[in-house]
Order: sequence, then structure tokens, then C-alpha cells
Amino acid sequence: MSVTLSPPQAVRRTESVDVAPRPYWNPYVAGIALGLVLVLTFYLMGSGLGASGALTRVVATAEDAVAHPAVASHPYWSNYLGDKPILKDWLVFEVVGVFVGGIVASLTAGRFKVTSEKGEGVTLRQRAILAFTGGIIVGFATRFARGCTSGQALTGGSLLSVGSWAFMFSVFAGGYAAAWFVRRQWR
Amino acid sequence: MNGPLAPLGAIGEEAGLVVAFVIGGLFGFVLERAGFGSAKKLAAVFYGRDMAVLKVMFTAIVTAMVGVQYLAVFGRIDLSLVTVPPTFLAPQIVGGLLFGVGFVIGGYCPGTAFVALGSGRKDALWFIGGALMGIALWAWGFPAYRTFYGSGSKGEFTIPQWLGAPAGTVAFAVILIALGAFWVATKVERRFGPCETGPEEARG
Repeated sequence: MSVTLSPPQAVRRTESVDVAPRPYWNPYVAGIALGLVLVLTFYLMGSGLGASGALTRVVATAEDAVAHPAVASHPYWSNYLGDKPILKDWLVFEVVGVFVGGIVASLTAGRFKVTSEKGEGVTLRQRAILAFTGGIIVGFATRFARGCTSGQALTGGSLLSVGSWAFMFSVFAGGYAAAWFVRRQWR
Repeated sequence: MNGPLAPLGAIGEEAGLVVAFVIGGLFGFVLERAGFGSAKKLAAVFYGRDMAVLKVMFTAIVTAMVGVQYLAVFGRIDLSLVTVPPTFLAPQIVGGLLFGVGFVIGGYCPGTAFVALGSGRKDALWFIGGALMGIALWAWGFPAYRTFYGSGSKGEFTIPQWLGAPAGTVAFAVILIALGAFWVATKVERRFGPCETGPEEARG
């Protein structure tokens, strides 16, 4: 295919590499848009957004597939068993939507790129290990908190839930406390 | 039509899943446009270089808070049918502290990891794999902290209930706190943010 490429197309292709991605939205504009999505969610569904709940259902489904009796008698997992499939849940469908929304937005903004994000202070291998480690800690933490930045900070925050606000301040406290130790990753 | 629609039976279960997908799509689109598909931009909030995470989050919280109370005042939504995340103070504080540590190490939170994955970021896949493992580990050790997990249960417990103040007054205070946070965040960005190039440098 590339052999039959005509000169104008070749030129256009080289140019497209140098096209800068569209700028991000102003943070206050993005915040208002996000808040309106949340109001729409409350109005339609009577509950807010979420993300970690969907991941929990993926784990529950996997464990149920390999060890159903253990899941059925497990003090935490047994709550996820019911008459319908564990994944047939609105949070799971919402998170699939988040993924697709991310694809559409990054493609249309010229920001889609298969890469890993990191500062110059760490190697790709170190970045993968840190991303995985951070993921383990975050996953673990969401179960104590009963949610994450979506389900607690955004949703519970806007509904003025005391626990959600305590969670949000704790997230910032934990992040600022640990930031110094991983500063090389982001420089 | 008055809301919330799903709890009132206006949206069935199957239709609710379609609504979930569409709402998730809007959520992911806005998060990407805010720059939250980028681990570097997300982590920058913890170094004062770029406070977009704080600005977007607080603006969204204030917008949704005002929006939902506005709808309630005009009788367009029955707030008693909207689920407020229940409060379990101690586990939520411990979970929040751990979450913050994991956030700055991993560079994502669960929702933004899916936006980053959709943007082609491979590190987001590692993060999501880790999060799945963290959840499995937590459940494995659940018997050890089962009591702690259920401690301090206050049910649906809001700041107006806690302070005995009207929701409108609390909302007004939250707006003032948010404005104060934006002012501080902008100061912090000027202090720690990337050096702005002057006109001479920009020309060169």
C-alpha cells in the first residue's frame, strides 16, 4: 500500500504527525460539564457515578467462575451473588462507557497515542511496576472506603455526605504525604 | 417529568443499562477533555505544578450540589429517593489515606485509568491490573478487618444533619470554601508551576 502512495498524501501524512493536540478544556469549564453530567445521573438514576464498584464486580465474577462454593460462603463476596449475573450492573456498563468516551475524546482531540506516561526520572519498566503497585494500593483502599474518587468524592461530595468529604480530604493528605517518595517518576 | 426516574420506575432495568453506558460515555469524554487521561497531569496536583484536579473536582462538586438542590427546591427531583453514600468514618479515612498514596504512586484513580486506557496509555492497563489484584487481596483478608470495616456506621449522614444547619447554608459555605481553594491553587501554581516563558524567549 505504501508503495502506491501518491506525493500529496505522503505530504499530508508527514504534516499530521506535527499537528499539536487540541488544548485541554479550561478546568472550571470541565468542572461545570462534569457537574452537569452528575446532576443528569442523579435525575435519571437516583444514584451517582462510580468506577471501583465495577472493578469489584469483575473480581467477584472471576472468583465465582473458578471457586463458586468459596464465594458463596465468603462473608464479603456472598453479597454480590444474586439471581442475575454479577456483571449485569449499571456501574459496569457505565465504566465501559467511560472507556469508550475516553477513546472518542482522545481521538477527536488528537491525543490518542499508544504509550506509557512518566517523567524522565524512571524507566518504562519502573513505570510499569509503579503503576501496578499504585493500582494494588488503590484497589485495596477502595474497599475500605466503599468507593473511589467517582463514587465518594464526586457523588458523595455533592450530596454533602460526611464520610465522602472525610474520604476526599484523606486522599489529598495521603497523596501529599507520599508525593516526595515518588517525585522522580513525574519529573 | 419528575425525578429520579429509575427509582420511580420510569426507567426499567434493561433501559437503565443503556443509560449507564451513555452517561459513562459523557463522563469519560469530559474527563479526557479535562486532561485526566494523563497520569502526569493527574499526579501534578500533588506537586503543585498543575492544580487542575482540584479545580475540576471542586467545580464539579459545587455544580452538582447546586444543581441537585435547585431541582429539589422546584420539586423536580425527590431527594429522599437519591442514594447518599453511607458514612463509615474510620474506614473511609483509612481508605482515603491509602487511596492517596496509591494515586500518587500509580498516577491514576480507577475512573481516570479507563479514560487513559481509552487514550492508548499502557501504564493504565498495569494500574487496572493492580487494582483488580488489590481488590482480590482485600477480600481475601476481609475476615481480619471485618469489624473495622463495619465500624462507625452512621448511615446516610450529611453535613447539614451533622451541623444541624439548613442545606442551603451549608451549600453557600461549600461555595466559599471552593472559591478559597481555587485562589490558593492558583497561587500554588504560580509558585511551583512550570516557568512561564517571557516574550523574548517566546520569540527565540
